[in-house]
Amino acid sequence: MAISLGFRHGVHPPEEKELTNQLPIRRMPYPDELVLPLRQHAGKPAKLCVKVGDHVERGDTVGEADGFMSVPIHASAAGTVVDIDWWPHPDGSMAEAVRIKVDRYAPHIPRPRLVPQWEGLSTDEVVRAVQNAGVVGLGGAAFPTHVKLAPPKDAHVHTLIINGAECEPYLTSDHRTMVEYAPRVLFGIRVMMRALGVTKSVVGIERNKPDAIAAMIAAVPADLDVEILPLTVKYPQGAEKMLIKAVTGVEVPSGQLPVTVGVVVQNVGSVAAIAEVFETGLPLVERIVTVSGHGLRRPANLIVPVGTKLRDLLAFCDGVTADAAEVIVGGPMMGQAVANLDAPVLKGTTGVVVLQKDEMRQEQTWACIHCGRCLDACPVFLNPSMLGDLARVRRYDEMAEAHLADCMLCGSCAYVCPSNIPLAQLFQASKAALRRQLATVQ
Amino acid sequence: MNESMPPRLIVTASPHLKPADSTPRIMWNVVWSLVPVIVAAAWFFGVSALLVIAAATLGAIAAERVFGRGGSLADGSAAITGLLLGLTLPAGMPLWMVFLGGAFGIGFGKAVWGGLGQNVFNPALVGRAFLQASFPVAITTWPTVGGSFFSLKGDLFVAPFMHPVVNAVTSATPLGLLKFEGKGSALASLVIGNRGGSIGETAALVILAGGVYLASRNYLNWRIPASILLTVAAFSAIVHAIDPSKPDAMFMLFSGGLMLGAVYMATDMVTSPVTNGGRWVFGVGVGILVVVIRIWGGLPEGVMYAILFMNALVPFINRATQPRVFGTTPRATT
Repeated sequence: MAISLGFRHGVHPPEEKELTNQLPIRRMPYPDELVLPLRQHAGKPAKLCVKVGDHVERGDTVGEADGFMSVPIHASAAGTVVDIDWWPHPDGSMAEAVRIKVDRYAPHIPRPRLVPQWEGLSTDEVVRAVQNAGVVGLGGAAFPTHVKLAPPKDAHVHTLIINGAECEPYLTSDHRTMVEYAPRVLFGIRVMMRALGVTKSVVGIERNKPDAIAAMIAAVPADLDVEILPLTVKYPQGAEKMLIKAVTGVEVPSGQLPVTVGVVVQNVGSVAAIAEVFETGLPLVERIVTVSGHGLRRPANLIVPVGTKLRDLLAFCDGVTADAAEVIVGGPMMGQAVANLDAPVLKGTTGVVVLQKDEMRQEQTWACIHCGRCLDACPVFLNPSMLGDLARVRRYDEMAEAHLADCMLCGSCAYVCPSNIPLAQLFQASKAALRRQLATVQ
Repeated sequence: MNESMPPRLIVTASPHLKPADSTPRIMWNVVWSLVPVIVAAAWFFGVSALLVIAAATLGAIAAERVFGRGGSLADGSAAITGLLLGLTLPAGMPLWMVFLGGAFGIGFGKAVWGGLGQNVFNPALVGRAFLQASFPVAITTWPTVGGSFFSLKGDLFVAPFMHPVVNAVTSATPLGLLKFEGKGSALASLVIGNRGGSIGETAALVILAGGVYLASRNYLNWRIPASILLTVAAFSAIVHAIDPSKPDAMFMLFSGGLMLGAVYMATDMVTSPVTNGGRWVFGVGVGILVVVIRIWGGLPEGVMYAILFMNALVPFINRATQPRVFGTTPRATT
């Protein structure tokens, strides 16, 4: 078996995966109401194409792709559009959303559709089919998947890397996908390799998922050059640039995309979603979500219809414990805490984690004592200590010179900071301030 | 509202998990690691040592209480300053001077810079430099080790600004003996610590053990003491080889305040570099300066000034040793 070259630095937060990593994926029943924000992916939001009162079947388009950097949104259950209005988004903002009253007696069978025969399709047709199915990166960033399948003409992609690292604590949705749907993941890899014209693919999986590694190795077909590569258990192993470094030993140049080093990275869940498109023709209307945390009564891995409100999702898991304090969409390292449980599960929602008060970041902070632990943690070798000092006095230009743009907000620095300085938050705010500055200059 | 839903949600920025360590825990661990050093000091110098350490610590804590931000005593950093200052002083030093030194170290070594994390110079050494400049006789009056535990060394309780009556039996430090009288000392007495010198600098092995404990828990960075001690050993070995009348490496390592300085003073996180490369540079710089001052300087001991001098260079060292950012070529990071 090949050896991962690894990446330097990084942190080891408690994994907490044993809460759900042996629980089979189950299907959550349809809730009474679905909320489908038109902004669920990176790029342009979808364009609304239904009106109040319309009846939709499962899989019908409710928002169309608005250009190439956009994907459509589909109804995840049959029902009636009851409202189109601003609605709480998990990121804390309000977003235009389509609310669908689910028809409780409908069979939720999608309309008959042609399943594209992938072997006969050109690359462009595969890209279009993936876009029409609304597939985005299911690892959290929700970047439109078809864009990655259409690299620039001058790029020479030689390797497709599949991200099965799943380094965020608590999350096990990719883990269970690989254990239970390994053949489907490999079918998706086959389709993508053909679309990209590559002959080599590597699936990177952290060593703490031996059953997923075994299931994937067993499912690799003889005619496909797919390597299953066990990776060091270290956060942020699943960050795109760290994964590429660990698999190929190459650093993606600062400010550049992975294609510049001949690599395309896709998340395990996205690959499975692509497989589904070419197996059944069903667009992305549901996803696997890990619902976990010590503040939750019954953790689970669930197939959840996109648009399910967090409130309904938590209620299906028997609700939260008395000392639950924070609900996070995504993992506890990079996820977003929500203030309103009416916000829905989106295409990019990897998990919902309920934390208890005593495991949460506390309010009290101390002065930076320049211990340098953040420097030893930062996977991109920044100096978070200095950047934090600069952020407090709003010297954003100097932060930009110190490579703030290379910070991916993984939170490793803040996690190791003994003074509990919210470094990732400071950097996020500084990035936003720099964008505003740039906007005023232009 | 469903009964199973939290009544009140807390929203924090990511990462949401509590960090594994805290600054007060680091500071108090340093304090606890000094306990064996203090016990050794009491063994050699009796109750006088404890009184001097207590006076220095009280001075530091009083200053922190007056000048520090609310609750800043709880982080333990003022206690460290006081304890370390006390350990660098002779056991017979009048207590009012010691108290003043502790207060000066915190007031001018830390508070005026903006408190914890902001100061450029090690506060304990600022306090000691102040005492050295103000009371040069008292700070170089070294009582002998031994005697009964409760016998007071020197004139501890002299009233402020009264002329102390030096009535104690004093002895020179090994470094002083060497510099001013050309006499060597037995290595065993240096390592074990039953020799003249400051309260806490004599028991080299106990200090080293404290350092190993702290380094194993990542509460101090091993690169700094390692580079200081290696540099002092290598540099003085070269000098000794060229001119055998100069002290050898073992003598240099185990005499004076080098061990205490390398393990506890130079490793102060606030006043040492944040980059690992910078820590090597810093340690090598301290090591070279220690040897230069001891061998060619006018003073028998140079650890304090070596560290203070390198403290001043830390911002430049940090700037010059920034790590190469991921995905950049070394040239592009300038």
